[in-house]
Amino acid sequence: MARLIAFLVGLGFCLVLLVSVVTGTVAFVKEGKPETAEHEFHLHPKEAGLSFQSPLGRFDRAQLQRGFQVYKEVCAGCHSLKFVAFRNLEDLGYTEAEVKAIADQWAIQSPSINPETGEPATRKNLPSDSFPTPYPNEVAARAANNNALPPDLSLMTKARHDGSNYVYSLLTGYAEQPEELLKKFPEVKTPSGLYYNPYFPNLNIAMPPPLISDGQVTYADGTPATVDQMAKDVSAFLSWTAEPKLEARRSTGLAVLIFLIAFTTLAYMSYRNIWAGKKGALAHG
Amino acid sequence: MSFPWANHYQPKNPFMKYLDERLPLPRLVYNAIGGGYPVPRNLNYLWNFGVLAGLALVIQIVTGVVLAMHYAANGAVAFGSIERIMRDVNWGWMLRYMHANGASFFFIVVYIHIFRGLYYGSYKQPREMVWILGIVIFLLMMATAFMGYVLPWGQMSFWGAKVITGLFGAIPLVGEGLQTWLLGGFAPDNAALNRFFSLHYLLPFVIAGVVMLKIWALHIPGSSNPTGVDVKGPQDTVPFHPYYTAKDGFGIGVFLILFTFMVFFAPNYLGHPDNYIEANPLSTPAHIVPEWYFWPFYAILRAFTVDFILPAKLWGVIAMFASILLLFFLTWIDRSPVRSTSYRPLYKWFFWLLVLDILVLGYCGGAPAEEPFVIISQIASIYYFAHFLVILPIVSAIERPKPLPNSISESVLHGEERESAPLGAGGTFGKPQPAE
Repeated sequence: MARLIAFLVGLGFCLVLLVSVVTGTVAFVKEGKPETAEHEFHLHPKEAGLSFQSPLGRFDRAQLQRGFQVYKEVCAGCHSLKFVAFRNLEDLGYTEAEVKAIADQWAIQSPSINPETGEPATRKNLPSDSFPTPYPNEVAARAANNNALPPDLSLMTKARHDGSNYVYSLLTGYAEQPEELLKKFPEVKTPSGLYYNPYFPNLNIAMPPPLISDGQVTYADGTPATVDQMAKDVSAFLSWTAEPKLEARRSTGLAVLIFLIAFTTLAYMSYRNIWAGKKGALAHG
Repeated sequence: MSFPWANHYQPKNPFMKYLDERLPLPRLVYNAIGGGYPVPRNLNYLWNFGVLAGLALVIQIVTGVVLAMHYAANGAVAFGSIERIMRDVNWGWMLRYMHANGASFFFIVVYIHIFRGLYYGSYKQPREMVWILGIVIFLLMMATAFMGYVLPWGQMSFWGAKVITGLFGAIPLVGEGLQTWLLGGFAPDNAALNRFFSLHYLLPFVIAGVVMLKIWALHIPGSSNPTGVDVKGPQDTVPFHPYYTAKDGFGIGVFLILFTFMVFFAPNYLGHPDNYIEANPLSTPAHIVPEWYFWPFYAILRAFTVDFILPAKLWGVIAMFASILLLFFLTWIDRSPVRSTSYRPLYKWFFWLLVLDILVLGYCGGAPAEEPFVIISQIASIYYFAHFLVILPIVSAIERPKPLPNSISESVLHGEERESAPLGAGGTFGKPQPAE
């Protein structure tokens, strides 16, 4: 009885699925696969070749400081970094006094209240503050950016597929829209106010090219500031903001692995040892 | 214990004797996982996965309880509280990565455990109850994992919650009201997040309770074995401790090495990048996909694309639930008296086809809903239902199984001993050694 019911239920599901298969196949044969510009012209990120991208790699402190400088001078005007605090910059190799100075001199101040009147006011940043947001709210951010919202960058390299390479590729990927794209898909011409970038999922990004010329930033350590170098540096910096514990994670993992390999070897030897007699005895029942 | 030759607990330490007479806890442990539980001596490495599932549950509960001390279940701050755990809580990043990857490892282990049960006929008498309780645990795990994934309140959390609770909305007449009642609103929000957190904290302890029932039920007939032949006498078994505690110790080591590798070197590999974007009800992600362990079922859900008598969406929901619920009835669908698929020459082919089929379903479930994945997942879904509900009853009726060994001890003639022995330590076949 159970088998009969199962049999009928099974046939029912198969029948309905078969109807779906046939309908789907007919539609597929008739219409084919729709071609889209995104599908054909979107590019996967190119390798940035950063120091921490190998399994045991570590951050390059000088590069993180350069990347922070790019963020400060180029990105910070529009993009917030709300999950990072000034005190975290000590991880980049800055001293306590330097961090205090960076927080104190930051262009945007933290929101506060006037202690006399209670009216909204601003105050200078402290090391314990997180980076203040450049716009007071989303409406203000959109109003200043042609109705586009500059996303927070704290987690950007983890919030995109292959994030560190993505940021590097996006920043260096701005280009003219290719002729063949326009020939094939004339209706997807990049609208005014948007910029063609093959690394962006829908190919047209609202952010104007932020890194436009070599020497846009004058690095404190004297490294030549090519666009490629700046893109790599800021991508490294944003990889640190997204995963600040990366180095601790890898060194802990290495120690745990060494311990576990020793433990497992011993466990295997004791397993063999305990079973040695029994295995032989089995053949004789 | 059920076996007449099982060792009975004889306390050696006077304190244990004192305790055992008043609260027989030492006796319970001894009979459950100690020298008092006789286990078939020919188990292979696939029998390690029950203990590993228990370990995964313990890892989830321990890391989860500590994470809950730092997590805030409120839509306005949940995402930020996760980031605080990752950045400012001591070792918080490790706890969270262990918990997130621990869920994946729990499912990997349980899936292997289920396939073990399917291959070796663990759902057949006298272990039906063990199997059924296992499926109950599997369902509870799925509910727990789904609600846990909502808690970080990222984009996939939010939209996953919306899609999955939307499944209940497909039920005729009561669906919409039911969905609103489940969510505590018209869309996932604070009310949903709070109740999901409450249930996510509760259900693991319910799982732990069902695990106890399952172990209890298992100890009536005892463990199955690769031949599927019943234990005939004491020569067929060894005591759980030290023989299988030693083997499980090695298995746990291997499990932890793989787990460590993911937690410390690829912690986000199994996750989705979109969940590092804070939930935004106004922005739908390009592709909404659940966690990888739901992909086969997600593929079945999406395989129904045509309204046929019932709406396609309702078919998908019914089929998805049916694909799991049918596992409850396997005992009564598969009437072959032979447990182990090793002795079922015809069914063996279908079994491995099923494994392949579920991998294909999994791949399609993670892929975007476009051709050719839709047609592939439809064909794979047909095989899934056909396998369990059509092929299995027919095969079990017409198949002529291979001859079974007379006993576990004799099964060495088929080479099973080699399979179950430690690498290099087994295979005494052909070179007899003196009995102990």
